Amino acid sequence: MSSTDFSSQNGAGGPPYANGPSQNPVALQPPGPGYMAHQTPYNPMQAKGAMPPGPGLYNSGPYQPIPPVSSNQALPGQPMLKRPPMGPQHSMTPPQSASPGPGSRMPPAHATPPPVSANNYQHAPAWQYGGTPPMGAPPSMGAPPPMAVPPLRPVGNHITSSPSLATPQATSAEYHTTPSVFPNATQPLGPPTSLQGYTQQGSAPLPMNPMAAPHSYQPGMRAPYGGPPPSVRPTPPTAGPPMGNATPPLGPKTDGHMPTPGNGAQVPNSFDHLEMGPTMAGPLPPQQPGPPTRHMGLSYPSLPPGYQNTSAPPNAATMQHPMQPSTQPYTHPQPYQQPSAGPAQLSPSLSGLSLQSQTPEALRVVNLLQERSLLPPGPVTPPTPCLSQDLQKINCHPEVFRSTLTSIPQTQSLLNKAKLPLGLLLHPFKDLSQLPVVTSSTIVRCRSCRTYINPFVTFLDQRRWKCNLCYRVNDVPEEFMYNPVSRSYGEPHKRPEVQNATLEFIAPSEYMLRPPQPAVYLIVLDVSHNAVETGYLDVVCQSLLENINALPGDSRTKIGFITFDSTIHFYNLQEGLSQPQMLVVSDIEDIFLPTPDSLLVNLNECKELVQDLLKSLPQMFGKTMETQCALGPALQAAFKLLSATGGRVSVFQTQLPSLGVGALKSREDPNQRTSAKDIQHLSPATDFYKKLALDCSGQQVAVDLFLLSSQYCDLASLGCISRYSAGSVYYYPSYHQQHNPAGVECFQKDLKRYLTRKIGFEAVMRIRCSKGLSIHTFHGNFFVRSTDLLSLPNVNPDAGFAVQMSIEENLVDMQSVSFQAALLYTSSKGERRIRVHTMCLPVVNSLSDIFAGADVQAITCLLASMAVDRSVTASLSDARDAMTNASIDSLTSFRTSVLTIQQPGLLAPACLRLFPLYILALLKQKAFRTGTSTRLDDRVFAMCQLKYQPLAYVMLMIHPALYRVDDLTDEGALNISERTIPQPRVQQLSVEKLSRDGAFLMDAGSVIYLWIGRNCNPNFLTQVLGLPNYAAVPLNMNMLPELDTAESQRTRAFVGWLREQRPFFPILHVIRDESPLKASFLQNMIEDRTESALSYYEFLLHVQQQISK
Amino acid sequence: MEAAVFILSLVDCCALIFLAVYFIITLSDLECDYINARACCSKLNRWVVPELVGQALATVLMLVSLHWFVFLLNLPVATWNVYRVWKVPMGNMGVFDPTEIHNRGQLKSHMKESMIKLGFHLLCFFIYLYSMILALIND
Repeated sequence: MSSTDFSSQNGAGGPPYANGPSQNPVALQPPGPGYMAHQTPYNPMQAKGAMPPGPGLYNSGPYQPIPPVSSNQALPGQPMLKRPPMGPQHSMTPPQSASPGPGSRMPPAHATPPPVSANNYQHAPAWQYGGTPPMGAPPSMGAPPPMAVPPLRPVGNHITSSPSLATPQATSAEYHTTPSVFPNATQPLGPPTSLQGYTQQGSAPLPMNPMAAPHSYQPGMRAPYGGPPPSVRPTPPTAGPPMGNATPPLGPKTDGHMPTPGNGAQVPNSFDHLEMGPTMAGPLPPQQPGPPTRHMGLSYPSLPPGYQNTSAPPNAATMQHPMQPSTQPYTHPQPYQQPSAGPAQLSPSLSGLSLQSQTPEALRVVNLLQERSLLPPGPVTPPTPCLSQDLQKINCHPEVFRSTLTSIPQTQSLLNKAKLPLGLLLHPFKDLSQLPVVTSSTIVRCRSCRTYINPFVTFLDQRRWKCNLCYRVNDVPEEFMYNPVSRSYGEPHKRPEVQNATLEFIAPSEYMLRPPQPAVYLIVLDVSHNAVETGYLDVVCQSLLENINALPGDSRTKIGFITFDSTIHFYNLQEGLSQPQMLVVSDIEDIFLPTPDSLLVNLNECKELVQDLLKSLPQMFGKTMETQCALGPALQAAFKLLSATGGRVSVFQTQLPSLGVGALKSREDPNQRTSAKDIQHLSPATDFYKKLALDCSGQQVAVDLFLLSSQYCDLASLGCISRYSAGSVYYYPSYHQQHNPAGVECFQKDLKRYLTRKIGFEAVMRIRCSKGLSIHTFHGNFFVRSTDLLSLPNVNPDAGFAVQMSIEENLVDMQSVSFQAALLYTSSKGERRIRVHTMCLPVVNSLSDIFAGADVQAITCLLASMAVDRSVTASLSDARDAMTNASIDSLTSFRTSVLTIQQPGLLAPACLRLFPLYILALLKQKAFRTGTSTRLDDRVFAMCQLKYQPLAYVMLMIHPALYRVDDLTDEGALNISERTIPQPRVQQLSVEKLSRDGAFLMDAGSVIYLWIGRNCNPNFLTQVLGLPNYAAVPLNMNMLPELDTAESQRTRAFVGWLREQRPFFPILHVIRDESPLKASFLQNMIEDRTESALSYYEFLLHVQQQISK
Repeated sequence: MEAAVFILSLVDCCALIFLAVYFIITLSDLECDYINARACCSKLNRWVVPELVGQALATVLMLVSLHWFVFLLNLPVATWNVYRVWKVPMGNMGVFDPTEIHNRGQLKSHMKESMIKLGFHLLCFFIYLYSMILALIND
């Protein structure tokens, strides 16, 4: 049974956006019933019947979104690989109008459209949009006109790229290169220097010259090639990575002759590599998968793995972006031109070397009771998987894709023995400063498991590749034979798809079931008395006014507003009105939309009205005395408003909802906060929010919740609305405009980031893994639609995900396993894109290897997510016990199974030396601590964060970094774009480390504390804080003054650098002994003993006692 | 009288068998991705209470007609059914929750549970059949 049909069926009535198994053009069609599941019963047989014959897969021609317009159209009948246009005209292009009728997407060979398709669209009025505002279409509308439209696709544009084509197709390429960080993108090209100096070079390139015409270079972006064309390697390297035995070298005769380019049908490809929007991520090492250099001895085997560009040797070809070798090879030895024999022989020895050198370090036995300073001076680095170097070089970056065990155990029993959790942590939509983007008519995927082709597949020969997940042998489609980067034919293994573990495809139209939705934003504001009192309306409206032009979107962007107290207020913003019109609906039992088509308006057309509204909104409710708040009905109204298009709802809520459906009661007893044996009420009180969230998820609506409250708001219940609709939750306890300025600043900055960050709509993410592995639990904000498909109505760059894996079948004869996360989303510009991350990890069969590859940070984060689940389903004390046991069990296992010589003490491998510390930190974390007074909402919010924040931020939440900053020096400082950033040592989190004559900075992720000692160096006070003495340090200080002194510059550079590393804005609190925040600062001193919790040393003793039992 | 009790139990048991099969089919549909989690769970949740009632009916019938062995056989299953409904957290949408069914191997355990129940009901079916025939002969 093919798994292709149903990914789309799984939507909870949602548009069946097939990522995953259903990219087969025909298989995409049946999902319609799933979209409106309650109307059209789903009949799997229909879908199965509609399965196309194999060749349909590669019939890419008909799906081209636009008729040929560019210079590439020289040859009719070739697939046009242009990116679909953006903007409103998008929906008017033939494929769009044709898309409702799946028959039109069929290649002529399968001209009979499957019967299921037509009625899919009747139920989905939202699918026509573009010229007409979709809002106006009532659900009862009959068959929309586009259905009747016959396929408009010009027949001439269709090409069947069956392998029987006589002439091999050469392709012309179109390069767009946005200015990149590499200066040499435009550098003049020298003559080709091939290290190997093949004599054939001269002959092969000649035919390339005629190709110059079809190429369209982006003017000004890159100098056209002046020099001789790229040399064509006479002997291509062994296709795949040298893993396993299945890499027969290519027969030299196949490539000895180059197909004369330019004489076949040309398949223009356009590869864009563009910077992914404004990079908020700051100085994260740019995503830069170096080209997988098949190293010879004379290349640079000692270079660090990809992604590190800060100190790239200027001439290191390996560090160049993979898109660049088209210019690169002329000046530098092109990595691609290195012979195949090299890597295969070299890499085993290299990996052997690294194995030998790494293993002892990771497994070095540490007696935790004796060694005190275990923290590395800088950030903890993730372990490197034991792969051959050239595989490792192209492996996915650990910040994006990380596994708790970098060596996968062969069997489940081995994993059970190690007592370590196996799972993946993902940050799939992270802001990347560089990301290769591929536009191609055929996205090459495995035909049985639908895996995207990736660097870890094996090329059996030139025309066949073996999937690294299911091991099926697939054909290489004709278009894929041409490599637009090197502009050579017959080297599919050098395509960017095979050179980058992280890349993005512009999806052709078979990846959409309706035209890509526009960016739609709906703001839902609480305007009850309590809300107005906090004064948050000013901040929200001001931020929106400031960022209204920075909202991601295109000319179709829509915006709407709803306010609510005991009634729901809508705002008619239709063009032509002189001022916004407020419509009050007081029937909250049965909510309806007063004027369905003018509540959500085009932002560009009605910008002035929107601005008017934002300016007047804060005053409108200034004198309200309404204290009730009907959040549930407001959310229902928001859902109704957006269900036609999908989009994002931002809810601002300040109190417990008290009216209508979804009303909640206070469940917290403040007196029990410290005394209660177990924490109650961590699970939701009603299923209303969950149900609504699932409805939202089905209609591609995500709800983001901003909770600004001083009282209990039952985040456990309210949070469900975001958790299952893939939204995010923000919580500002004790928010008040006057009383809490730091909170206001934090809210402002968060809001700015929230409004301007990238956003992906109607997304799905599928996580595939090699045969034998399976996912059994998911953590994060989403709805799991099927066994490996996550439904994400919105995806944002700050969302992290985690999954737990189990080993279902033994991985005995495998040397490595791969994981692939594919995120299909609609960008705010209305493009359908697929971001694919692939990670490859070795399989090992001994416990010591498993321990050597353990990633302590990933393990901690995964355990934290598991503990959150446990505390909701069982109890908090259960979760705490489970975490303690996790550390005890794994260290016991290490002691009994790995250590040969038994020594006294608490022994841990060096890679897990921080494990007990992190577990203790988790036990003292807000989410799991007991005995300390913690508000229920604070606790629940911390739990939410542990589940959906990416690893890097979670780690700081769990174990803050403490630095001494009164003696910053430039020694060992980083130099980033002419700024010198001092790198002080990370200190242990113990009061013992705080000396009274120093100043210490604690970075706890979302907040930074600067603690000033009582006898602090007066120099620091005057030069950095601008204060005469210690007594002058104010109790509420949130800024470092900009003083023109070296010390001040250093400190500010350091704080600024810390802040740049995360997308949100951590507030800086300067505290001294009398400050009210001192308590929360000291609570982060996790190595110290508190009234209710053990100190680190006591905890270690406890662990040791349990182990030796 | 005795025969009537067993005929009634037999009918009840048939219904339970059908229900168990229906559960298995629906769950395996979900496993194979033919149906989305939400539809599956709402389908199944609808039948949780009828199943509970059916099982309780059989148990009570056996108790009333003083068939101790069969009663004790049925009691644990009936208790389990009640316990299962009773322990559903407030925020969940029933015994089968679409947001959790793919987590922590719940799908598998539901499947296993339905399989065991099917086996149990088949066993009961033959016991009832045998007892019914015996009762009819004795009459």
